Amino acid sequence: MSIDMSQFHQVFFEECFEGLEAMESGLLSLDIGDIDSEVINTIFRAAHSIKGGSGTFGFTVVAEYTHIMETLLDEMRDGRRQVTKPAVDVLLGSVDCLREMLTSIQNEEDVNMESAAQHQAALEMELNGTAGGGEHTAAPVHAAPIVVVVEAEPEEEVVVDEEQGWKIAFCPYLSLLKTGNDPVRLFRELSGLGELTTNVNIQDVPPFAELDPEECNISWELKLVSDATEAAVREIFSWVEEDCALELAPLAKPKKIKKPKPAAAPAPVVETAAPVVATESAPVVAAKKAAPTESDPSKNAPKASSSIRVDTDKIDTLINMVGEVVITQSMLGLIGENFTMDKVGQLKRGLAQLERHTRDLQQSVMNIRMLPISFVFSRFPRLVHDISTQLHKKITLKLVGENTEVDKAVVELINDPLVHLIRNSLDHGIEMPAERVAAGKPEMGTIELKAYHRGGHIVIEIVDDGRGMDKAKLLAKAIEKGLVEESTIMSDKQILELIFMPGFSTAEKLTDISGRGVGMDVVRRNIQSLGGNIDIISELGKGSTIAIHLPLTLAILDGQSVAVGDETYIVPLVSIIESINITEKMLNKVAGKGETFKLRNEYLPIIRMREIFNVKSGNATKSNEGVIVVVEGQGALCGFLVDELLGQQQVVIKSLEANYRRVEGVSGATILGDGSVALILDVPGLVRLSVR
Amino acid sequence: MTTDVHKKQIEQFLTFELANEVYGVEILKVQEIRGWEAVRVIPNAPSFIKGVLNLRGSVIPIVDLRERFSLEHCEYTHKTVVIVLCVKHHRTETFVMGIVADAVSDVLDIKLSEIKKAPNFGSQLDTRYMRGMHVYKKNMIMLLDVDKLLNPDELDGMDELADSISPDSEDFL
Repeated sequence: MSIDMSQFHQVFFEECFEGLEAMESGLLSLDIGDIDSEVINTIFRAAHSIKGGSGTFGFTVVAEYTHIMETLLDEMRDGRRQVTKPAVDVLLGSVDCLREMLTSIQNEEDVNMESAAQHQAALEMELNGTAGGGEHTAAPVHAAPIVVVVEAEPEEEVVVDEEQGWKIAFCPYLSLLKTGNDPVRLFRELSGLGELTTNVNIQDVPPFAELDPEECNISWELKLVSDATEAAVREIFSWVEEDCALELAPLAKPKKIKKPKPAAAPAPVVETAAPVVATESAPVVAAKKAAPTESDPSKNAPKASSSIRVDTDKIDTLINMVGEVVITQSMLGLIGENFTMDKVGQLKRGLAQLERHTRDLQQSVMNIRMLPISFVFSRFPRLVHDISTQLHKKITLKLVGENTEVDKAVVELINDPLVHLIRNSLDHGIEMPAERVAAGKPEMGTIELKAYHRGGHIVIEIVDDGRGMDKAKLLAKAIEKGLVEESTIMSDKQILELIFMPGFSTAEKLTDISGRGVGMDVVRRNIQSLGGNIDIISELGKGSTIAIHLPLTLAILDGQSVAVGDETYIVPLVSIIESINITEKMLNKVAGKGETFKLRNEYLPIIRMREIFNVKSGNATKSNEGVIVVVEGQGALCGFLVDELLGQQQVVIKSLEANYRRVEGVSGATILGDGSVALILDVPGLVRLSVR
Repeated sequence: MTTDVHKKQIEQFLTFELANEVYGVEILKVQEIRGWEAVRVIPNAPSFIKGVLNLRGSVIPIVDLRERFSLEHCEYTHKTVVIVLCVKHHRTETFVMGIVADAVSDVLDIKLSEIKKAPNFGSQLDTRYMRGMHVYKKNMIMLLDVDKLLNPDELDGMDELADSISPDSEDFL
């Protein structure tokens, strides 16, 4: 029976997560104070169907939990209970808790009963009306997401209650993984004995170039709160006894472990992993590295679902289009069967029709991949709600243009940069209420998140009415950090762009929300990797606007085709600044080797495409004149010397890796109008290649 | 049907000519055969990779077997064919690649028992890519192991070899 049911699990989880999202947005709108019975009904219905579903599938934990929520909501619905802020907060916490439970179940892991119990207690307390002030209940609820086990196990606790347990120093030898042992499994077993806290030590992890993913360079400090005997603990490690150095000490002396290295560990690990992913296409290695360190409180990233829900209308349109194409094709077939010259007009009409249909067909297919941006936006009201509470700021979030459609891939990749930018606005942009009033602004700050189409692009704007950026301060900071020369004269725009420099952060104090100085350059890189760009407009005292321009789809790119010998290459239009006709004499040689071109008082390094790509075809004699395509790659300008410019066109991106492998300096291929293949240049890659 | 063939231990091979020698590949690997047409050169690729071709929307690399086997080069004519093959890699991935051959000759049913192991030529000749030999009407047919011959790692390997010879290979990445 269970086998039969499991095929519906995916659908069940999808529906649950949708329901949770509905609950969340409903709760957030309740938060404002006015009670809309329709909203409460929506939340109730969502909770009810999750309860029903999980009961059917035998996830009793979820069902029981939801039942309590439902009771609470039911009372609210009937007006027997006031909708208070604490109640809403508890419910929001429960939504998080449910989401975690469901994720664990989906990944076939054990549900973290502890945090569930905590939430449940808070809920019950709220339900029984024993909650004095909401703060009580809200506090533990908020502090209870699963990761806490690693992160925030406060040291005081160790001192307060005399815990019984073991302190384990587990230092695997490099060969641990090769013997087929997985530390995560050990930890899971350990956590079966009691409450386990892990601290990871990644000092010995070598730089990426020397990294052997099969070697275990990590060691752990574990704290097990349990009444298990030493033998029981040692038994767990018995399989790896010969592959590690193991030290066991009783936990009785709390002094000794006063500072078991704060759990900063997970963060740096992720950071070391990040550049790995960015520079080399070796996410597998990165994942391997990251996985054991995250250890048992398994907050696995939810598996990216590759399915997509498509509007039936879109499919109907598609079917219509295909029908049209088939009709046109058979019509052309008829004309071709016994063709005479007097049918030329008919043929031309047919071909024109075919062209139109094909274009429409292409568009409808592309449309299927399009999702409304609300998929991303819908997460932000919660984020703004939580963070503004945390910062004691009053902020409203306005969403505009949520129905703007973008490519699915863009939707997936734009989330992280947007979260970062919004956090920045919340933290640095909007002032404290008192400060705002003093500046003559309304107490309530506003962040506006807009999406709209312009040209072939989608524009996402984050507008805040906060304090804006102080250009003088930015410049001073940049000079202080040695990022720019003191004597440099910069335009306002250039100064604002400074915040995208790596290692630049003006936050006076670091908070856990933003200000680590690793943000904006990563944001810009992410957006550029999507083929987009990012602009800032900011006025001191009035607020900032950050505009992200993204291509509508990642499958199509605006390109400039250029000729080098007999070869045709496509340069992405976004990276081209300008193109200049030159003759050989206009180039200067530096030290007889590197070539430069003087462009308005700046010297551009020149990359000869013919040389870097070893193009032998075509007549080289003509090469004393050519075109320099000025491009921006890796933040620097650079000139590509090509034979001539051919034309601009939209090209469909095809992967070279699918059947071959990555080619240095080439980001992909496309098929030109005549059916031949053209390679798309990878501008930053070429710049790197030329430096080598 | 396939099981039937299996029982009799017979496999079908497509044979083609290359510099007056006959080679064979498993027919189940062959996706299609097409005439030679101009390809787009890939920059800095090994010389035996002629370039890439548009095969109904996917971009596939074309390998010149003459150059791969260091045979003398010959002009491509209207008889020159491209055999499009499905290459399995690491059991899970499949790649589509084309090989250039002088001409396609025949499809043969070959009993597995009649495939002889390729003799060891020592260092003179690399027989790793050979599945074996078969004698058909007194002609010798070299049966190629497509998966090994067109292994994308192998293509990489050749490249690395070239790189390690070139002096400025240290500043990688």
